[in-house]
Amino acid sequence: MKARTRLYAALAILGLAAPWLGLYPVFVMKLLCFAMFACAFNLLLGYTKMLSFGHAAYFGASAYTTGWLVTAQGWGTIAGLLGGVAVSMLLGLAIGAIAVRRQGIYFAMITLALAQLVFFVCLQAPFTGGENGLQGIPRGSVLGIIDLGGDAAMYYFVLAAFAAVFVLIRRIVHSPFGQVLKAIRENEPRAISLGYQVDRYKLLAFVLSASLAGLAGSLKALVLGFVTLSDVSQATSGDVILMTLLGGSGTFLGPALGAIIVISLQEYLSDLVGAWVSVMIGAIFVVCVMTFRRGFIGEIERRLGRRV
Amino acid sequence: MALLREPILETRDLVKAFKGFVAVDGVSLCVRRGEIHALIGPNGAGKTTFFNLLTKFLQPTSGAILYRGTDITREQPADIARRGIVRSFQICAVFPHLTALENVRVALQRVVGSSFQFWRSARSLSQLHGRAIQLLAEVRLEDWASTLAADLSYGRKRALELATTLALEPELLLLDEPTQGLGHEDVARVAQLIKHVAAHRTVLMVEHNMNVVASIADTISVLQRGRVIAAGTYDKVARDPQVIEAYMGTASTKLAGSG
Ligand SMILES: Nc1ncnc2c1ncn2[C@@H]1O[C@H](COP(=O)(O)OP(=O)(O)OP(=O)(O)O)[C@@H](O)[C@H]1O
Ligand SMILES: [Mg+2]
Repeated sequence: MKARTRLYAALAILGLAAPWLGLYPVFVMKLLCFAMFACAFNLLLGYTKMLSFGHAAYFGASAYTTGWLVTAQGWGTIAGLLGGVAVSMLLGLAIGAIAVRRQGIYFAMITLALAQLVFFVCLQAPFTGGENGLQGIPRGSVLGIIDLGGDAAMYYFVLAAFAAVFVLIRRIVHSPFGQVLKAIRENEPRAISLGYQVDRYKLLAFVLSASLAGLAGSLKALVLGFVTLSDVSQATSGDVILMTLLGGSGTFLGPALGAIIVISLQEYLSDLVGAWVSVMIGAIFVVCVMTFRRGFIGEIERRLGRRV
Repeated sequence: MALLREPILETRDLVKAFKGFVAVDGVSLCVRRGEIHALIGPNGAGKTTFFNLLTKFLQPTSGAILYRGTDITREQPADIARRGIVRSFQICAVFPHLTALENVRVALQRVVGSSFQFWRSARSLSQLHGRAIQLLAEVRLEDWASTLAADLSYGRKRALELATTLALEPELLLLDEPTQGLGHEDVARVAQLIKHVAAHRTVLMVEHNMNVVASIADTISVLQRGRVIAAGTYDKVARDPQVIEAYMGTASTKLAGSG
């Protein structure tokens, strides 16, 4: 318990100090957005054992919505973010309602197919900019009080959002609802026989996960100032699975660590090896999965014999 | 005596056909309020399938299920539990990585209606601990409250399963081989436990152990190849030539031996 408090304190200090450590702030913000995305995804995979193959749909749809709202509609930053999250929430509700009735590979296939549908809508719709995506998205300000144009202000805004999402996910996992999710994950027929309408619990988990994934996408759109088709693409859905498994699904810190590793590798390796980067990341993934199945943090937790 | 009581659960011509194979073949069974009703029969007779039909884990091919006079044939499994019919499983069903206390609490939690609260701390569930400990005490597990279910012995797991089931205050308990896989002492203990909890409830149980059946069951139905071949008190059923035939001599000695 004490060790954990110290660990989180150290991480918080690291987060607060990051802009002064010579790291490129936009890059660190991008890391935080993907870390948030992976944490949201983990709520589903790690804590409900549902493997969604189409989580980029929520990430991307929310990014497009926020981008469009603040650019074409002149909405404020916070309103734009909320608008994006609302869309990913509704999308999660619609897709989740269909998917949670199925299990295992069928669940995965439905999430995949419907995410492809979202992808094509984003490709064709008039307000998404098609192949070009949305460009020049302004960061705006927090309710007209704090200007987010500068990297420092934006960084702390994103950091605060990440911290809030991280705390929220911890809370969800340790809530009365989280207890039911755990029971369903451990023994679904038994949970049903105790009178739980398990589909409803799975759907709520799905919607929460989709909404938080959406928030991550919207923030990324604001940080970088653009949204492209790659944000809703199958490749991004694959990346988030990779991040979560690499870092350790079902652990709190694992997905964030996985996101940092994958995004950093993509960033630095692509300069060195170009298109070979996906092959190399794939190879690293295979090696990691073979050597420690539980992911980095999962393996550390096992060695320590407790959770972090 | 049991025959005078009102029926709580009735099935009418219940049939379940799997591809080209009829596992439950026109079963009409009546469970009366307050009794311990044992369902016995050789392996593969269709007992578990019958339970799955009653709890809607399987849809019947034809026939009807009535609970307290209401047709429940088309309901969902979770609705069945809400009506007060709670089952256990042939393979012991606990939540392994929850503590014994948490296992029971999960059942209590649904009833108090906090199960969708994702924004509250699980500490808000501590109001249920008193009742949970009480239930654990009923099955003599109070000293294991904070042990993970996975770390309990098999007999204690079965007891925990029973405590979790009781948390829902079911009117009708469906127990699928509650003593299977238990050591000799545990069998007697669980049997007494069932008798104890059945005091204000109705129990329908699948049971292979004839000593248990003889000592606690009020009524027995014998299932063979999906059909009920005999029903009644232990003495009546044990003398039934068809039953003796079904158990092919081996069981008849077992039946007589324990009678
Ligand atoms: N899903 C299924 N599909 C096809 N056949 C099935 C299915 N489930 C059960 N059966 C068959 O139905 C028959 C009855 O099985 P059931 O499990 O109900 O028997 P049982 O009386 O519970 O036996 P046991 O005493 O071994 O538990 C068996 O022959 C089994 O193979
Ligand atoms: Mg069986």
